[in-house]
Amino acid sequence: MSATTAPLPRSPAAPLDVASIRRDFPILGSRVNGRPLVYLDNAATAQRPLVVIDAVRRSMAEENANIHRGVHYLSERATLEYDAVREEARAFLNAPASHEVIFVRGTTEGINLVAQSYGRSTLKPGDEILLTTMEHHSNIVPWQIVAGQTGAVVRAIPITDAGEVDLDAYRKLLGPRTRIVGVVHISNALGTINPVAEMTRLAHDAGAVVVVDGAQAAPHMPVDVQALGCDFYACSGHKMFGPTGVGLLWGRTALLESMPPWQGGGDMIHTVSFAGTTFAPLPAKFEAGTPAIAEVIGLGAAIRYIRSVGFEAIGAWEHELLVRATEAVRAVPGIRLVGTAREKAGVLSFTLEGVHPHDLGTILDADGVAIRAGHHCAQPVMDRFGVHATARASFAFYNTFDEIDVLVRGLHRAREVFA
Amino acid sequence: MSRDLDDLYQSVILDHNKTPRNFHELPPPASHADGHNPLCGDRLTVWVDLEGDTVKDVAFLGNGCAISKASASMMTAAVKGKSRAEAMALADEFQKLVTGKLEGAAERKALGKLQALAGVSEYPVRVKCASLAWHTLKAAIAGAAEPVSTE
Repeated sequence: MSATTAPLPRSPAAPLDVASIRRDFPILGSRVNGRPLVYLDNAATAQRPLVVIDAVRRSMAEENANIHRGVHYLSERATLEYDAVREEARAFLNAPASHEVIFVRGTTEGINLVAQSYGRSTLKPGDEILLTTMEHHSNIVPWQIVAGQTGAVVRAIPITDAGEVDLDAYRKLLGPRTRIVGVVHISNALGTINPVAEMTRLAHDAGAVVVVDGAQAAPHMPVDVQALGCDFYACSGHKMFGPTGVGLLWGRTALLESMPPWQGGGDMIHTVSFAGTTFAPLPAKFEAGTPAIAEVIGLGAAIRYIRSVGFEAIGAWEHELLVRATEAVRAVPGIRLVGTAREKAGVLSFTLEGVHPHDLGTILDADGVAIRAGHHCAQPVMDRFGVHATARASFAFYNTFDEIDVLVRGLHRAREVFA
Repeated sequence: MSRDLDDLYQSVILDHNKTPRNFHELPPPASHADGHNPLCGDRLTVWVDLEGDTVKDVAFLGNGCAISKASASMMTAAVKGKSRAEAMALADEFQKLVTGKLEGAAERKALGKLQALAGVSEYPVRVKCASLAWHTLKAAIAGAAEPVSTE
């Protein structure tokens, strides 16, 4: 998926009926500031289709009970529904086993779990954690915290002017002290799709494990953790058209089994006494306390929805949106695109000369257009490109060419206001 | 929603954004403070040169949106020559203005040109942009060592 090449041909077998898809998302029919909503902030959170909203509602209205505890009807129903999602998530990530899929609050919690359980129990003073310069703060700060606790060192892998990982520099950084490599699958600030499989192979040659932040990738491209070869993969439900408060952490069985529990409490134990406690097997070992039951069930509905649309059609349409938006936005005088990688997802980060991104965000909002303005929780990226903030339009498969036109008209309007 | 962009981006604000007044450092012994809006990354520094109890000179430098830059620029013009207590009181009145809590017309009028920023009160997420400079000014006058934050 490149922003500079011609659009990929749409698969004639699976064309995307965008108008019909939009009707699946109640919020897309709403108006903002008197204008039809143009939602281009999908990298922050995606909207939810009715099937997800209904699944959460049904769980709460008809099947609410705690799981793995009761012997009564409702608990049995809730437990069945909840556990079934784990298998759906396994298939979605093409993980080898469903017990390798841990339900967490989101990508951030997934990475914190790996840092505090795997990292804290294995890292020694002087050990190195390599992170790309384009990581989201949630794949930087957990490692800085565990580095502070263990004496390990965090080092940044440089990126190029196009916003791609500098693979030569990465190879040089890898060494006998490298224990962990953290890489974002798709950058939320730049849209870059990183060569995770290749980076993983290089990391494994150096004896390091690879932790992938999949928050932006999981909703937009097929994820196959076995093909990637990575060791941990985390993603968030709310970016996958599912509820907030739920996400997935996948990890290899051998690693997860070797790791100490992260949080203690209900559901993660085998037996408890004051003489000592034994822990439950995977995945329960990492799921202390009552989980986000309705949200997990909602995430299951989201995964089924994504699969019903199909990544082939999603990828083709989102690529067309990216190509169209890139051309149209680039043509506006004073635009500087930030992130021009050859392999790019539907994220368009840019600055407009003379207009601060926050002012641009407010002006576009008056036209009903929702974009993100700021540092995108990726301040090292902003520093790398010498900007304080960017404006970011991020697409999903329900967006249209007409919406891109509204965005571009807003950019011209902003230029006029600040002329 | 009856928000009007023209109320927010008035020509006086756009002018101060484009050509900010007192946009430079002040040499010692002027005291200064750094302000930071961590949510959006806006940063600015405000210098205050006090002569006795009077704000003899005030200046700022920094990066931010039009609202934060114009607010800082207009602030420097508004507080120059004021007493320390008057400047502090004006900061409080300004905060009321941009949060829509200013009661009567007389209070509004007392704010003079700063009234141009009243439109910010219709945009709750932008209030921080307008108040960053004033928080920083108060810190500079108080001689605060720690950077102030809008969070």
